[in-house]
Amino acid sequence: MTTTALGIPRRLLEFTIDGEPVRAPEGSTILDACRAAGTDVPTLCEGDTLRPRNACRVCVVEVEGSRTLVPACSRKAEGGMEVRTGTERVRHSRKIVLELLASSVDLSTTPRVREWIKEYGAEPGRFGADAGRVNEAPRVDNDLYVRDYGKCILCYKCVDACGDQWQNSFAISVAGRGFDARIAVEHDAPLTESACVYCGNCIEVCPTGALSFKSEFDMRAAGTWDEDRQTETTTVCAYCGVGCNLTLHVQDNEIVKVTSPHDNPVTHGNLCIKGRFGYQHVQNRN
Amino acid sequence: MDLHFGDSKPTDDERAAVDALLGPPESSWEGADRSDADLRWARGGRAARDRRDLLLPGLHAINDRIGWISAGALDYLCRRLTVPPAEAYGVATFYAMFSVRPRPSTVLHVCTDLACTAAGAADLCAGIEARLGPGIHLERSPCLGLCERAPAALTVRAGDPVRTAVSAPATVRDTVLAATAPDSAPEEPPPATAVPQAGNPGLTLLARVGVVDPESLDDYRAHGGYRALRRAFDLGPAAVIREVTDSGLVGRGGAAFPTGRKWQATASQPDHPHYLVCNADESEPGTFKDRVIMEGDPYSLVEAMTIAGYATGAHHGYLYLRGEYPRALARMEHALTQARARGLLGPDVLGQGYAFDIEIRRGAGAYICGEETALFNSIEGYRGEPRSKPPFPVEKGLFGKPTVENNVETLVNVLPILTGGAQAYAAVGTEASTGPKLYCVSGSVERPGVYEFPFGVTLGDVLREAGVRDGLRAVLLGGAAGGFVRADELDIPLTFEGTRAAGATVGSGVVMAFDSTVPLPRLLLRIAEFFRDESCGQCVPCRVGTVRQEEALRRLGEGRGAAAAADDIALLREVGRAMRDASICGLGQTAWNAVESAIDRLGAYE
Ligand SMILES: Cc1cc2nc3c(=O)[nH]c(=O)nc-3n(C[C@H](O)[C@H](O)[C@H](O)COP(=O)(O)O)c2cc1C
Ligand code: SF4
Ligand code: SF4
Ligand code: SF4
Ligand code: FES
Ligand code: FES
Repeated sequence: MTTTALGIPRRLLEFTIDGEPVRAPEGSTILDACRAAGTDVPTLCEGDTLRPRNACRVCVVEVEGSRTLVPACSRKAEGGMEVRTGTERVRHSRKIVLELLASSVDLSTTPRVREWIKEYGAEPGRFGADAGRVNEAPRVDNDLYVRDYGKCILCYKCVDACGDQWQNSFAISVAGRGFDARIAVEHDAPLTESACVYCGNCIEVCPTGALSFKSEFDMRAAGTWDEDRQTETTTVCAYCGVGCNLTLHVQDNEIVKVTSPHDNPVTHGNLCIKGRFGYQHVQNRN
Repeated sequence: MDLHFGDSKPTDDERAAVDALLGPPESSWEGADRSDADLRWARGGRAARDRRDLLLPGLHAINDRIGWISAGALDYLCRRLTVPPAEAYGVATFYAMFSVRPRPSTVLHVCTDLACTAAGAADLCAGIEARLGPGIHLERSPCLGLCERAPAALTVRAGDPVRTAVSAPATVRDTVLAATAPDSAPEEPPPATAVPQAGNPGLTLLARVGVVDPESLDDYRAHGGYRALRRAFDLGPAAVIREVTDSGLVGRGGAAFPTGRKWQATASQPDHPHYLVCNADESEPGTFKDRVIMEGDPYSLVEAMTIAGYATGAHHGYLYLRGEYPRALARMEHALTQARARGLLGPDVLGQGYAFDIEIRRGAGAYICGEETALFNSIEGYRGEPRSKPPFPVEKGLFGKPTVENNVETLVNVLPILTGGAQAYAAVGTEASTGPKLYCVSGSVERPGVYEFPFGVTLGDVLREAGVRDGLRAVLLGGAAGGFVRADELDIPLTFEGTRAAGATVGSGVVMAFDSTVPLPRLLLRIAEFFRDESCGQCVPCRVGTVRQEEALRRLGEGRGAAAAADDIALLREVGRAMRDASICGLGQTAWNAVESAIDRLGAYE
């Protein structure tokens, strides 16, 4: 989460990224500094509205003096640090992480991943046809959204969004261990038997499309989902007086999903069921 | 936080098990009023949320009584502790000893790990399976910490109270009998049988094992017990830390961190309270030294923890004890009760105005919970996933407070440091590796067990003392996270610096000898399975990397020709390198060590 402390001047740290001197305010992560310097670092589990969980490890960089690579998304920059982002060692780990993910889950709806796979020369196929996969059928157990855990990279973002960082509903958690770990509600029950309040804030942060609007899921299944034909309009939610921002994604005059701008200083992309899914009532009434 | 509960209700037994731990429920939403079935939402207070750390003991209470954890039981426990059911489900499914599916009340854990595999665990399992009646559930288990008596099995029968029986060395007949009637299973041999040197006057750490009655506090005191604590009180906390620092003691839990520095860093933290945690999770395959200390000389650990607490300003100590160690648990519980009754624990230890007590927390079958920060999460009632460091435990550890965490063996070394002085202690061993060291010797030797030697003896010295058998092929040094060395490398000095120079590690003190009758590929596959099973699943390199490692080893074991083998070995190296470089914690970082050493040093698959 990038928070800008207003009025409190922060000390500038001086260090190097790939040999180039950079300055970043105290408290910045290495990732913040890389982005400011225009250095592209791939990320998957990092979220602009969430505390880093540093679970995916695709953002690792070399820091002089560190025995292992360090996750750029969560390691704080320090004065005098020597950070290297493009070494063979860094590229190797990123390549393997991409291969491990792409060989075990369906990344077809994960933005940018195809580009990274190419950039790092990852070959997910080389683990063979028998390589173990997270084979999960999509869970369609309610009218509003679908959980397709065959696409889940276990980034923990949905859990954190549903839990103490935003929604405070604690409807979902990681269950099981190791390769068998899955996002689940208690007793692995359908969502309708859980504490879920259908705010959709987990969908908002999911980086893979494992969580998606039922409308999007159905259209993808029918082959009609086409982002090139969609427009996005940001408006103010009319259901109550809070004034949340809604971004309506419209295709062929139909609202197909609703997101919310993450840079809204009050709501940070979070909504309630009315803002997120209320359009269905509007559309259904029409 | 709004909590939501389902319709499942606990049975009377489940409710009784939870109430026995937490006391009767006070309010209706906690479940006191059973007729109030519509009460599906509840708002929890701060007080209830502060009891989150009772979640793991609560899960144990249910599992101990019933044998598995039903939806109704889990919901009831959540209601009592104000824990969201989804989170509690995530915790319950993290541990191998718990089941959220119905299963028989008796679970038989049969070890299929390295020492037991070498001792015929596969046949044992097959034999047991053929003869086991219904009503007993067989689980293939990672190392049970009984390798000196391999093959090993542990029966756990749920009930009130829960019953356990250890069978080691296990035969099909004895094990089936013990699983059928755990109460009439024969007593385990005394802990001293795991110490071939027992009674030897040269011993320091093991001096009392087999010599004192482990149940008797008087016996402990008659053999030098509590002299170190008196000396600590004479010196004062700062001087105790100085002694420990000057002794050169470094941690015996695997990471080899200087103990004095850790104590100093915690003691100097302004934030309070400080906590002391003793890591007795001992789950590294091949390791059983901490078990033998706790079973054979439990008061020494109580005394050592008291000293550590005193030195670092902690008033509350936790002993995180491996869930599969029933006898160590019984001995430690008994020792704590005795020490409390005699004023050696409690509000005024030895009349010195220092308050200290120790609480035991049982692990529940998760190797990863031995990682220091995963252990904190486990105690706090969360999934046993390692935290990212920094911040380090000395600053933000258990409950976010400054915490010293030490291994059992590390702590008991403090006793001779204080009674004999730092200089005398540092005179033992080498300059960089001071003091005595325990080795867990198992496998192809005549006299397996825990051995004590000053740092600096060679691997060959240890193996000769244990009566290594002819035909030695390889030795696994330091556990599954360590590595293999060849039979012609026995002159490696067993010190931190000596093993490092040889590209090996002391690790947790494992010395497991294999002759050529045990197929190496099978051992490597078992090691890979272990890491795949025990990965917490948090980070990609380890969660998926350990799976890919196991798959490649399985293919290699099938023998698909030289070209395919070379490809798979190259694949292993690439995945192994990323696991080592990019994993969050020591588990993923070391998961490829043993396999790599077997390929490079032993020429496995050539
Ligand atoms: C996967 C893993 C498992 C571990 N298991 C244990 C264990 O069972 N017992 C232990 O004392 N240390 C274990 N450790 C090491 C601890 O993290 C920690 O370094 C140690 O308890 C510190 O105590 P010491 O300084 O006295 O050695 C483990 C580490 C890792 C990464
Ligand atoms: S929709 Fe909201 S309440 Fe439901 S699981 Fe997602 S974040 Fe939690
Ligand atoms: S469902 Fe999405 S947000 Fe949740 S862990 Fe999986 S990939 Fe991450
Ligand atoms: S390395 Fe393995 S055990 Fe450690 S945090 Fe990552 S997944 Fe968990
Ligand atoms: S983005 Fe940094 S670890 Fe995932
Ligand atoms: S008890 Fe079986 S390998 Fe240790």
